[in-house]
Amino acid sequence: MPEQRVVEPEHLILEAPRERKFITGSQAFAEAVKRANVDIAIAYPITPQSETMHLVGDLFAQGYVKDYYRAEEEYGAMSAIAGAVRGGARAFSATSGPGLLRGLEAIVSWPGHRIPVVLGIMTRVVNAPLSIQPDNVEIAYLLHSGLVVLHAENQQDVFDFTLAGFPISEKVDVYLPVVVATEGFFVTHAKGYVELPPEDMKLPPRDPYKAPVPPTDCEIPPARIQRDAPVQKSNFMSYLIHAVWQQEVWSANRRAMKWIYHYLGGPIEVVNPKADVFIVASGCAAAQGREAQRYAEQEGLNVGLIKVKSLRPFPEKEIREALKNAKAVIVPEHNIVGWLAKEVKAVIPNSGIVVDGPRVYGGMTLPVELIMEEIYKALGIKRERTYA
Amino acid sequence: MGLEYVKISPGFEKYMPRDYVDLVTFGQFGKQVDVMQLGQFKELVEEHPMCAGCYMAYFIRVFYAALPNPEDTIVLGTAGCARLALSQAAVPFIYGNYGDTNAVASGLKRALSIRFPDKVKDVVVIAGDGGLMDIGFGMTMHSWFRREKFTTIMVDNEVYGNTGGQESGMSPKGIQLKMAPKGKQFDKINAVELAQTAGCVYVARISPTNPKRIAKVIRRAILAAREFGPTFIHAYTSCNIEYSIPTREVLADARAREKKDFKFYEWMTDEVKEYLEEIERKEKEKAKQEVQK
Repeated sequence: MPEQRVVEPEHLILEAPRERKFITGSQAFAEAVKRANVDIAIAYPITPQSETMHLVGDLFAQGYVKDYYRAEEEYGAMSAIAGAVRGGARAFSATSGPGLLRGLEAIVSWPGHRIPVVLGIMTRVVNAPLSIQPDNVEIAYLLHSGLVVLHAENQQDVFDFTLAGFPISEKVDVYLPVVVATEGFFVTHAKGYVELPPEDMKLPPRDPYKAPVPPTDCEIPPARIQRDAPVQKSNFMSYLIHAVWQQEVWSANRRAMKWIYHYLGGPIEVVNPKADVFIVASGCAAAQGREAQRYAEQEGLNVGLIKVKSLRPFPEKEIREALKNAKAVIVPEHNIVGWLAKEVKAVIPNSGIVVDGPRVYGGMTLPVELIMEEIYKALGIKRERTYA
Repeated sequence: MGLEYVKISPGFEKYMPRDYVDLVTFGQFGKQVDVMQLGQFKELVEEHPMCAGCYMAYFIRVFYAALPNPEDTIVLGTAGCARLALSQAAVPFIYGNYGDTNAVASGLKRALSIRFPDKVKDVVVIAGDGGLMDIGFGMTMHSWFRREKFTTIMVDNEVYGNTGGQESGMSPKGIQLKMAPKGKQFDKINAVELAQTAGCVYVARISPTNPKRIAKVIRRAILAAREFGPTFIHAYTSCNIEYSIPTREVLADARAREKKDFKFYEWMTDEVKEYLEEIERKEKEKAKQEVQK
């Protein structure tokens, strides 16, 4: 490995010269970890995630990551991540679908424990019958836990979100875990162009004392770290302590927004802001939405795209503003429940303009034609079906 | 806490809580106390809400007095009775999720080893039979297989005491408890044998009838874990409530169990034996010299 010099996150993420590479999403995760000065990575196999943590294992073997092991299962992996981060280390792990759900008890406790960490999620069907394909229903389970949740459209997003995830998670006014989700296979196992900063640069090491909650390392006063668990005081105290603590977690989650603007240019991307009909989408559905917007433009239809990069904090204000003149909103998704459509409906005053779908699930691909069909319907254009 | 973090900056003594000043002045930071002097020094844990006559509370009191390095020790626990006292001690305590102790301790110990390669930081798990042998079983075993360098102490009250008296894997066969309405159908898990097979370098089984011996076992387990790998203590700490043991008879019960199925047992690898004997020989010499002075 090359000698890496520490540079400021602003330099590495925003200013450093970039070189174009043609790599998979799994490689993009690893390229971000390579430059993130990670102390420990903990792995457990599950398709389609495994390749990412293989590559991170290689980084450990090369000396980029200081410690690495294959855990017993995801609950053990995610609990050990919490232990390492409480001990002051910078940590990374990744999982998929059923693995995410197995680790969920630990993962959704991270915000309350104030564990700054980055977790990669490569989506996969979680419900029976078995499939290993990239349905993203699992993201719905993450939206109500206090985690910062970013959803990557492509390999470039995977790299950018993962690298920026570390400084965002460790900001004193945030101090929460950052999830970088992307569709399994479609992104993780396919190649795309990724602009990468030099590999001889890395983020500054984590400073665990720059924190709203101190690390548990016996290097800070006072001796009495925890006098009573809230539940021991009285029911009243436990309600109260839990309530104010969770309020602070969610305030911290909202405070992540300014850092998402700072490092990632904001929580949404808008194409054709003066459109009549908008496609609102995240992850791979945004890539298909982008194509549909392009098709529509070629056909002379006034269609726009809002790509949602940050699902938590959810860009309520930004989406409301962007949709204020919209006549119809189409929300294509890779899951059966339509979690993004529900989110969008909840933040605009005229939720009746939101079209529920199109949705594909079980990990199917999302043909652009399905989105086009909804666009024609919304614009009152009668068409013969043009696809088989 | 590195001793320097525990001490009060000169001039601030009068502004610190009395309790804390006593802890630093008359407590056990920076020195090794004699467990037989319990009650004559400021202990690391004093108040706790555990039941009257709880033998686990007594064991935990002795545990804190036995720590070789309290200012650089982190204790981990999980749901159950023990954490009621552990969370009130003057030693950092991590209470994670259900049965996660040995996974959290693995990550924590590794992080501390990365960040402080030249300092001694002891990590000790104290959890119950349910936490370690039922819900956390996989994580307990795998931390041993991986030879993680921390100590696991199972305070075995043979029941889920804190949730109201349900059968655990460590309850004796035949005993009628909640969730075992017809009596437990299978034997008590042989935790000591599992620990030895799984790679622990020091293993002990103890019924806490002799405080000096408890302290010695705890100290040995922690010292061995620093250098060689996982260590395990299986301690019988009866639940006088769920097993209806009159408060005055908890010690008699511990003695009876010691004769029956909690006979004192200690096993260690040859290298651990050599290492501990060397430390203990030096300590004896030092004590002798001090007496002569």
